[in-house]
Amino acid sequence: MKVSVTVNGRQVDADVPDRTLLVHLLRDVAGLTGTNVGCDTSSCGACTVLLDGRSVKSCTVLAAQADGRDVTTIEGLADGTGEMHRVQRAFHAEHGLQCGFCTPGMVMASISLLAENPSPSEDEVRSALEGNLCRCTGYHNIVRAVLAAAGED
Amino acid sequence: MIPSLFTYQRASSADEAVQLAADGGEEAKFLAGGHSLLPLMKLRLATPEILIDIGRIADLSYVRADNGHLAVGALTSHDDVARSDLLARELPLLAHAAGQVGDPQVRHCGTIGGSLAHADPAADLPAVMLALDATLVARGPSGDREIAAGDFFTGLLETALQPGELLTEIRIPRPAAAGWSFQKFTKRAIDWAIVGVAVQGGNVALVNMGSMPLRAGAVEQALAAGAAPREAAAHAAEGTSAPEDINGPRAYREHLARVLVARALEEAGSRS
Amino acid sequence: MSILGTRVVRTEDPRLLTVGGTYVDDVSAPELTGAARVTFVRSPIAHALITGIDTSAAREAPGVIAVLTVADIDDLPAPPPPEEGAEAPPMVEGAPLPLGGPWMEPLLAVDRVRYVGEPVAMVLTDDRYTGEDAAELVSVDYEPLPAVVGFDTALSGESLLFPVTGTNVAVTSGTPADDTAFASCEAVVEHTFVNQRVAPIPLEGRAAAAVWADGKLTVWASTQNAQLARFIMAGAFGLDPAAIRVVAPDVGGGFGAKIAVDRDALLVAWAAKHTGRPLRWAETRSENLVGMTHGRAQRHVIKIGGTSDGRILAYRLDIVQDTGAYPRMGGFLPFLTGLMAAGPYDIAHVSTGRQVVVTNTTPISAYRGAGRPEATAAIERAVDLFAAKIGKDPAEVRRINLVPPDKFPFSSPCGPVYDTGEYVAALDKVLAGAGYAELRAEQARRRERGDTVQLGIGLSSYVEITAADADGGETAQLMVHPDGTATVYTGSSAHGQGHHTAWAMLVENELGIDMAKVTVVHGDTDLIPMGVGTYASRSLQLGGIAVQKAAIEVKDQARRLAAEMLEASESDLELDTERGVWQVRGDPAASRTWADVAGHAGEDGLAASVNYTEGAPTFPFGSHVAVVEVDTETGKAKLVRHVTVDDAGTVLNPVLAEGQRHGGIAQGVAQALLEEMIYDADGNPVTGTLVDYAIITAAELPSFELLASETPAMINPLGFKGIGEAGTIGATPATQNAVIDAVAHLGVRHIDMPATPARVWAAINEAREGR
Repeated sequence: MKVSVTVNGRQVDADVPDRTLLVHLLRDVAGLTGTNVGCDTSSCGACTVLLDGRSVKSCTVLAAQADGRDVTTIEGLADGTGEMHRVQRAFHAEHGLQCGFCTPGMVMASISLLAENPSPSEDEVRSALEGNLCRCTGYHNIVRAVLAAAGED
Repeated sequence: MIPSLFTYQRASSADEAVQLAADGGEEAKFLAGGHSLLPLMKLRLATPEILIDIGRIADLSYVRADNGHLAVGALTSHDDVARSDLLARELPLLAHAAGQVGDPQVRHCGTIGGSLAHADPAADLPAVMLALDATLVARGPSGDREIAAGDFFTGLLETALQPGELLTEIRIPRPAAAGWSFQKFTKRAIDWAIVGVAVQGGNVALVNMGSMPLRAGAVEQALAAGAAPREAAAHAAEGTSAPEDINGPRAYREHLARVLVARALEEAGSRS
Repeated sequence: MSILGTRVVRTEDPRLLTVGGTYVDDVSAPELTGAARVTFVRSPIAHALITGIDTSAAREAPGVIAVLTVADIDDLPAPPPPEEGAEAPPMVEGAPLPLGGPWMEPLLAVDRVRYVGEPVAMVLTDDRYTGEDAAELVSVDYEPLPAVVGFDTALSGESLLFPVTGTNVAVTSGTPADDTAFASCEAVVEHTFVNQRVAPIPLEGRAAAAVWADGKLTVWASTQNAQLARFIMAGAFGLDPAAIRVVAPDVGGGFGAKIAVDRDALLVAWAAKHTGRPLRWAETRSENLVGMTHGRAQRHVIKIGGTSDGRILAYRLDIVQDTGAYPRMGGFLPFLTGLMAAGPYDIAHVSTGRQVVVTNTTPISAYRGAGRPEATAAIERAVDLFAAKIGKDPAEVRRINLVPPDKFPFSSPCGPVYDTGEYVAALDKVLAGAGYAELRAEQARRRERGDTVQLGIGLSSYVEITAADADGGETAQLMVHPDGTATVYTGSSAHGQGHHTAWAMLVENELGIDMAKVTVVHGDTDLIPMGVGTYASRSLQLGGIAVQKAAIEVKDQARRLAAEMLEASESDLELDTERGVWQVRGDPAASRTWADVAGHAGEDGLAASVNYTEGAPTFPFGSHVAVVEVDTETGKAKLVRHVTVDDAGTVLNPVLAEGQRHGGIAQGVAQALLEEMIYDADGNPVTGTLVDYAIITAAELPSFELLASETPAMINPLGFKGIGEAGTIGATPATQNAVIDAVAHLGVRHIDMPATPARVWAAINEAREGR
């Protein structure tokens, strides 16, 4: 079927099999490989993007469900001048990433969290990230990064 | 991790959805938020040939007060249910439980109707429906009908919905007794409940103590007869058939049920 | 001021944060245009004969290019058929090699399968979606054989995985038990523990892409060791290594399970050559849970004895290693366990016995710590049991027995010589940092009140061996270009460790070339033909030192050239590392930049190549305190604090070192509380997805409290040891001990890991019933 999805502000038109997952539309059709696939049970959150501004697991959304809607991926965050989003800056400053595989999903989930809860407590950050798995960092610095980004506002 | 082949159809109204389902027959399934159905399809445990996307039917997503009860549209997301000011005031049990479903990403997509129609015995909301004496409204080819929550859940992943019937609304009477509690016991915050308890007044419902959500009838009777929380809770496992799995043997779940019912009743008591 | 030891954020990050890393499945290379997708058909049964494979339906399915089985592998030297009674080639226990011979593992299954997930066939399709469809159409006939699951079933030998060997015991080593050492002990405790099977779960699963063109095989692999992968492929395919290029792009975690390449990646490479078609493969998580090697899976029988005052005199550890269906690492893991069995204690008599058994489960290999976490877990439980037996505080028993500072270098009765250590200081530091006395007081108050939620305080003291294969060395090539920038080609292979930042720091420290001008390259055998890669916590102390030595060589070359250019003697020159400028001492006007000097050397600039083989194993150490709250009604344990000292010598960059400790702690805690790879009696994996295999999330962990401690190594000039695995080694036993401690007053003596709520509840009940 034909789908038309606005990804990072640009329209992506494609004719894809009905069963195409949004994550594969983003990676294979739009060529945006920042969003990663880490599991097959909607557990890990590595595929998290923003759909109409709210975090979703793009492996559990059909491209067809995103038809006509707005998707933001990690590649769409830095502003036009190349300046990183405050959450990206905070992850960098706080060493919130190591191998980087979970990072795009973790950053998008964090942005969604801060949009809904601008001043979270540490417990609220940890709870909000329960659907984003990381094997490298132990989450310690990820939590610091989110709190730092919250404090920056 | 890829669903088997299917044809995607989109419905823009409840009536259209029902019509498409009637045309599609056995091979058609509704797709709401997709967070119960798509995970099964990705593991090829479910292989419907037709998916009818009802996710865009805007007039099935609402929370309002209607004629003495609360009405929640079946396509209201868990996140919207959890954040509803109206529900926080009138049905805090529902608002709170919806905020416990999955994780934030799941809650942005998954819907109350989708979860109830899927009827996983480890899901949070079915037991809440029992505790709230909810009525579920379904639309089929021959029109609308109301199904009491107690009649809705009929078995493992089975409901009273007929093939092609679409859940449209959940109606919940204003609770007579204010005290409520939701106890969800897990190893990790993201896990399905090993055992859960939903209490509203004297109504006590159990998550994952059988192939479907259950009212803890013996507990309710004890309470009605004047028993204190811990005494009443001692009956929590009666009439249940808890699963045995990697999370523990049946005896463990039965023990948890007693502990969690006691805690839920105590907490509800402090809120009434 | 030197940059060494300062907090420097990573140069790797901006790219990873803005566009994401380029992992194998993201690689976009012209050679891979039109690549087909590989989907494996895997055995759904743990132990069976293959009586037929019918690929006809799959071959006719849409989008299918080919379906390959073992019958198609006609272009590789066939493994010799196993002979009755044949012995494996002599095994070097200290070398992590597959046993071969009658224990040999095929590429695609030949006539039988030995674990659920074993690859049986490969389907090549235009895209991954049709690959999954087609794989379902391959029909394999299996004749089930009795499954061997668990230590005892394997040892009984009733059903054999490799009948020609006559046994399931693949390796036996160590020394026989000798009870005389225990005869004089006033207190003796015996116990059996299980160090359970876990799955590494890097967020990126296994992946490979390959193309055979113009007589050269190019393979992109999610690997920790591109050069070793190439070496293995050369042998497997009968190719000259020069005809193979292996590239490790960004790798999404490895933890030991991505060392070199395994049979699945080898098959992708083989199939690319065999079909002449470029191929891509990336496993799903469900495949990863059965297809990637697992870790741990040892059973320990311990005996510990000593005086009633707390002096430990004797310790015996008998290990049975479940190695899964194929002994890929031979006897290596329990060998390492035996090597470190004594822990950081000065115990007169320590001996170990080791057996490796095969079972119808996923093969076992290295997983963060690789044999050393098992050693530490065993002795730390043993010490706590001994302390309980004699009625002494477990911290006190540790203090009495830790190797004192004046005994270094310390010859452990198990073989290694511990280089440097301050074990008692580490223990004291962590106890002070945790507020141990106050914690015990709070615990006492809760016990007195009979609170539902009890407090548990768990300790571990550990020493571990890093760069165990230091004699394999590590390489570095450093080039300083005529434009004043520099490039490092390192044999190390970072997959999250931040080597690019660290090696650039070393260059800046030595040469004064700003980090921003230093590019680090790794993981491409065309550019770096010789190297070992990253595992065993070896990279900083070997790869980093190699970079430093290359920098020193470049500096020496530069000094000669700068002297020429400035018409001064070398002894009058100094390198101002603040400004990166060569100058005549006392005459700042007489100076040359790196660009000047490198340009003077010629259009190729300056270059030095080092293969650093003068390293030796080093021994980081530390102590952890875990504080848990246990709900005694439900059995649920919650980690509320975790305080650590992890001393790996000189810290190059505290940011990186802390990150390694955090990640290691989380994995260690996860093993203690949550994770277990479970099989049923038929060899079916029960925890086959991330819904059931419980890796730890942010919601189950507190922020950690890391204390600083640096006791330099002596073997290398910068004093580095290895930090990568230390956190995992220390965290698991501290957390396990904490949970048991929380309910010890109820009579609980031991709880096997993972200490899930159901297990804790069962332990409380058994203790209550006096069992």
